[in-house]
Amino acid sequence: MEDIKPQLFKVTVDGIEVEVEPGTTILQAARKIGPDVAPPAMCYYQPLKGSGGKCRACLVRVAAGSAKDPRPMPKLVASCITPVQDGMVVENESSPQVLEARKGVVEFLLINHPLDCPVCDQAGECDLQNFAFDHGAAQTRYEEDRRTFEKQDLGPYVQLHMTRCILCYRCVYTADQITNKRVHGVLGRGDAAEIGTYIEQAIDNDFSGNVIDVCPVGALTDKTYRFKNRVWFTKPVDAHRDCPTCSGKVTLWYRGEEVIRVTARKNEWNEVTEFICNTCRFETKKTSDWTIDGPTQVARGSVITANKYRADLEKPSFGQRLAAAQYKPIDDKRDTSQLSIQQLPPERFAKAE
Amino acid sequence: MATKILTEHVAVPGIETFDVYRKQGGYTAVEKALKTLSPEAVVEEVKKAGVRGRGGAGFPMGMKWSFLAKPEGVPRYLVCNADESEPGTFKDHYLMKNLPHLLIEGMIVSSFALGANKSFIYVRGELMYVIHILEKAIAEAKAAGFLGKNILGSGYDLELVVQPGGGAYICGEETALLESLEGKRGNPRNKPPFPAVKGLYQSPTVVNNVESIATTPWIINNGGDAYAAIGIGRSTGTKLISASGHIRKPGVYEIDLGVSVEDFIYADEWCGGIRPGHKLKAVVAGGSSVPILPADKILTTAAGEKRLMTYESLSDGGFQTGTMLGSGGFIVFDETACIVRNTWNFARFYHHESCGQCSPCREGTGWMEKVLHRIEYGHGHQQDLDLLVDVAKKIEGNTICPLGDAAAWPVASAIRHFRDEFQWHIDRPHEATQPGAVYKGDMAASADRLV
Repeated sequence: MEDIKPQLFKVTVDGIEVEVEPGTTILQAARKIGPDVAPPAMCYYQPLKGSGGKCRACLVRVAAGSAKDPRPMPKLVASCITPVQDGMVVENESSPQVLEARKGVVEFLLINHPLDCPVCDQAGECDLQNFAFDHGAAQTRYEEDRRTFEKQDLGPYVQLHMTRCILCYRCVYTADQITNKRVHGVLGRGDAAEIGTYIEQAIDNDFSGNVIDVCPVGALTDKTYRFKNRVWFTKPVDAHRDCPTCSGKVTLWYRGEEVIRVTARKNEWNEVTEFICNTCRFETKKTSDWTIDGPTQVARGSVITANKYRADLEKPSFGQRLAAAQYKPIDDKRDTSQLSIQQLPPERFAKAE
Repeated sequence: MATKILTEHVAVPGIETFDVYRKQGGYTAVEKALKTLSPEAVVEEVKKAGVRGRGGAGFPMGMKWSFLAKPEGVPRYLVCNADESEPGTFKDHYLMKNLPHLLIEGMIVSSFALGANKSFIYVRGELMYVIHILEKAIAEAKAAGFLGKNILGSGYDLELVVQPGGGAYICGEETALLESLEGKRGNPRNKPPFPAVKGLYQSPTVVNNVESIATTPWIINNGGDAYAAIGIGRSTGTKLISASGHIRKPGVYEIDLGVSVEDFIYADEWCGGIRPGHKLKAVVAGGSSVPILPADKILTTAAGEKRLMTYESLSDGGFQTGTMLGSGGFIVFDETACIVRNTWNFARFYHHESCGQCSPCREGTGWMEKVLHRIEYGHGHQQDLDLLVDVAKKIEGNTICPLGDAAAWPVASAIRHFRDEFQWHIDRPHEATQPGAVYKGDMAASADRLV
């Protein structure tokens, strides 16, 4: 049996080695190591075939192409579409060149973005927000008018706010691959390109609601949830129901006793693996419709956890108060750190400079 | 001394018809290749000739052909890229309009070499009359038995299809062209896989420029070694140069690679010099996407040698002091041209033509255009120049296809070489925005730069 097993490729990402199957992309190999070294992805969406390569957020530097040919690649490569080679050495956040390029990508994505996070429903679970927070500059150098569009209704459930769109094409692939009738695509060219159904036709499909989940920004929003609440005031709970059309596995978002939103379950990379139907998403918003599985796992750094886990309900003991007084905050912006800069061999820094 | 390989018979009246072309020795390469040579031998000849891709990148054509994957039972395709849309380049248009049969003969020979039974000529949609010329020529060739089933009794079949494009510059990028040919939106594909492995309809495909394909009949007739004897070093053969701008004789010229740039501009045989009473200021040597060079740098390399019209000599000195041969769109500016306005014009073109797929190009081209527009119309700030350089740097190399590079290079090079002129627009907007105002240069250095 061992002979049939394919030979695994050894890949090093930011100094951490991992073994992956041939054909894996750099991004998937990095994700296998953990969230610390995984490059950000704005357009790549693992369940959608053909996605990726567009946003250039996941650019990495390949310091050694393979064990056979250890030359570095001349350009930064998009890690989500570049397959690994045996012995490849990848520099993600340890390369200043990569950080510089990502800073550029954030700036490019934001120059035509309205930055209306205070009124945007996606705020708090927005990929672009996270990406800009991690890699962006504090100020913009753009002073011209931003491109704007009128809001469009794509059917009774979905609203398209094209101004916020970053043209990741995720929803186009979703409409192509999940639903059976293609009405959703990209019109126009360059920065005038827009997502749309031709002449504002409604998306009439049982699975059309999934475009809301795949949207990395607030361009496609749930009309039954618009302006209802902020994400960090709601409590996510995993639930399921017997659905004849889909898996029925969802996340319910509670505000008090009320279910104000239903979404598909997202994994730690913010990706939906089991798409849900419109009946589950929009029609069944009562607790009695669902069987509750338990609280949703939310990343520690996410704002969704804010105000949820309060420790001040009982009076702290003396020991706890002492500990609190002596508490020194540590710089912990990463979720679960495996990567410590100090652990990296010093010659890597010399090379980077 | 100039060898005419492509344009030898261009002045013959009626050369666009099959009979006249045949009388001038046309289609002998098809006869020779199909009757006496194997496909491998044709590839070998082209490799020996060392033809470098004439579309702009300069990748050796024989090498590209030998990379073509040849799996069993999968059709292979040859696609001729006639989507020539680069500002300043009009050689393919000239070639197809005047010598349609030369392209068709080249297509037959090349398709035979690659084992393609269906080949496409993707012509930009604006050239509808050229498409009609090509279609007429294909019908004539078919009637004469050079296309269709069992060509000349060799057992080789070839169908040739002319496909009009929709008029997008991006469809000149080979993978976008293939997407467009498949009937989809012309977005460049992610590479790898390259078209040689998975191209048109996921089959192995070779995409070649019109001019590259048109060289193959001569190579078959005269041998690859004879072709390689023309030119200098790795720049073999002849090249069509579309000369335009402030010269006395604009037009398409066929030159041996290796002619010096100075001769090309000033000799009566070619451009015939700058228009009377004016001086050379700058040259864009290979179509709008290559870096612009000031007069002193285009005529001599950084080492002080004469610059030649070859791939190597023009790129001598990298982007600091060099440029590229590109597609051969030779645009000459005299001292009345405003570099800022020209750069803005190029940036506007790339902004308009960006496909909008990847973010650096989609947003960056528009940003550069807006900043350049601001500078040109007298609203520039001091920090705008550094901003432009930085934006260009962040686009370059970070995009899916070379359009991002093509948009960034002219802007970065214009600022590199003509920073004083940009500075003048920013410092003295009232002077710079006067109608017809041109930077004269108050410093002695800039006077020297005019030749």
